[in-house]
Amino acid sequence: MNSFISIEAIARRFGAQPVFENLWLGVPRGSFTCMIGHSGCGKTTVLNILAGLDAPDDGVVIVDGRAIEGPSLDRAVVFQSHALLPWRSVLGNVAFAVASRWPDAPRAVVQARARAAIARVGLAGNEMKLPAELSGGMKQRVGIARALSIDPKILLMDEPFSALDALSRGTLQDEVRRICTDTDQTVFMITHDVDEAIYLADRIVLMTNGPGARIGEIVVNTLARDRTRADLHRQPGFYELRNHLIDFLVTRSAALRDTMPPGHDNRHPPEIRLTPPRSTQETPCAVNS
Amino acid sequence: MTLSLAARGAILSLLILALFLAAWQIAVSGGGSAPAMDPEYAKLMGQSAVTGHSAMPGPADIARGLWQALRDPFYDHGTNDKGIGIQLAWSVARVAAGWLLAVIVAVPLGFVIGMSPLLGRAFDPFIQLLKPISPLAWMPLALFTIRDSGISAIFVIFICSLWPMLINTAFGVSSVRTEWLNVARTLEVRPIRRALTIILPAAAPTILTGMRISVGIAWLVIVAAEMLVGGTGIGYFVWNEWNNLSITNVIVAILIIGLVGMALDQALARAQAAVTFPQ
Repeated sequence: MNSFISIEAIARRFGAQPVFENLWLGVPRGSFTCMIGHSGCGKTTVLNILAGLDAPDDGVVIVDGRAIEGPSLDRAVVFQSHALLPWRSVLGNVAFAVASRWPDAPRAVVQARARAAIARVGLAGNEMKLPAELSGGMKQRVGIARALSIDPKILLMDEPFSALDALSRGTLQDEVRRICTDTDQTVFMITHDVDEAIYLADRIVLMTNGPGARIGEIVVNTLARDRTRADLHRQPGFYELRNHLIDFLVTRSAALRDTMPPGHDNRHPPEIRLTPPRSTQETPCAVNS
Repeated sequence: MTLSLAARGAILSLLILALFLAAWQIAVSGGGSAPAMDPEYAKLMGQSAVTGHSAMPGPADIARGLWQALRDPFYDHGTNDKGIGIQLAWSVARVAAGWLLAVIVAVPLGFVIGMSPLLGRAFDPFIQLLKPISPLAWMPLALFTIRDSGISAIFVIFICSLWPMLINTAFGVSSVRTEWLNVARTLEVRPIRRALTIILPAAAPTILTGMRISVGIAWLVIVAAEMLVGGTGIGYFVWNEWNNLSITNVIVAILIIGLVGMALDQALARAQAAVTFPQ
């Protein structure tokens, strides 16, 4: 598989305890990948390694043909806690990122670019507010605007909506899906919300329980690409997909930790495509990647 | 009728002041009869012993003294007779000089100590040892090495302002939230820009707290330091008026020392509010 991001045999240990070892994962360019797993399976560690904020003890991550060595402006991060600078306005926060990306750009250009990014997430008119004056959903929008404002090759999101109420989570998911499909943004997102993964992701990476977590399987989302949040549950194949994911999280993630099926290859975790229910076939079929 | 809390507080404050002044007036005006004594002896003992009046000035005397002092604060009739404004200016200038020197040293040093856990540990024993030393204990050493009483006083202010600022700056810098530093890392912000745009604003409220504590201590210490070194300053003024047995002027000076200290503290509180960000 020709991957834009290629995670190759990475391991991360805290003390003697491995969070994961020999982890392999490819992420195609322009795809939206969600990683799901229980707490302690090392999802956030994987994302931090992709971001360059953490380094693997073994193995390497290759992005666009180059091994990553620390953080980069090519990989923007949306933090779970939004991580806005509270002494800067909305505009100031986004402009800080823009000025970091283009240090020689004139002030007017930086400001215009920051304003455009703020408008893209629907916050036009709030540029001069301080983060403390914003709701949780608005703060996370600013976090997304800040990440998108620097035209990253990859957008990394660590449970970006988990701290939000259901209503703002829904609208924010719509925004993110619209922006990311419009621009073919490569996204790697961590979540533990199954419905969020089904709505947003092209590929869903399922992690077994830690410690010593592995990628149990990769589920390819075969729902229509023009799906909307409102009609998601009427999409053919939605319930099969959802049940498959929940079965994995409830039972298989624990069972797989203890005994992986014979023939499991860490380098090529099974890639699952659930076929739409129109066909009579009901069992998931493994496709070699 | 319910007044706001602030208004009720102010009324109560005025009431307490009135009570205090009344009690003071009553305490000092107790006439009593003077014991009969030999006129020669009475002359030696002074008026208070003769008339039975207290030598302690009353509120009205202080008000008169305050008016005298403030009416012409900048006169200069030689070493031992200068207006209170001139003396205050000397003290404020010394505090400002010593405190600013301490800012110049403590803020960058605290930054380095706060950024580096190694240096933090290395400096810690020295700071812990030097911090509890009364700044006045440095005075003989300063006089011996600097050989200038005025500069020695500034040095004493410097040394007492240093520790709170150093400790607060180091603490503020070391406790900048990791997520803000991670933002800087993912944006590939260079160290100097990171120090100025992330760490400094994030630590500024704590640094200002240290500065405010420092200026308070400095104002406490300057009075004692000037009593020791003499010559000029509000501390010298107080001691000089004690030698003149002018209790009125001593109390006037005490009041003014309090007012100036309050003004210094308020100025730093304003600065602190300006750099504090809502979380």
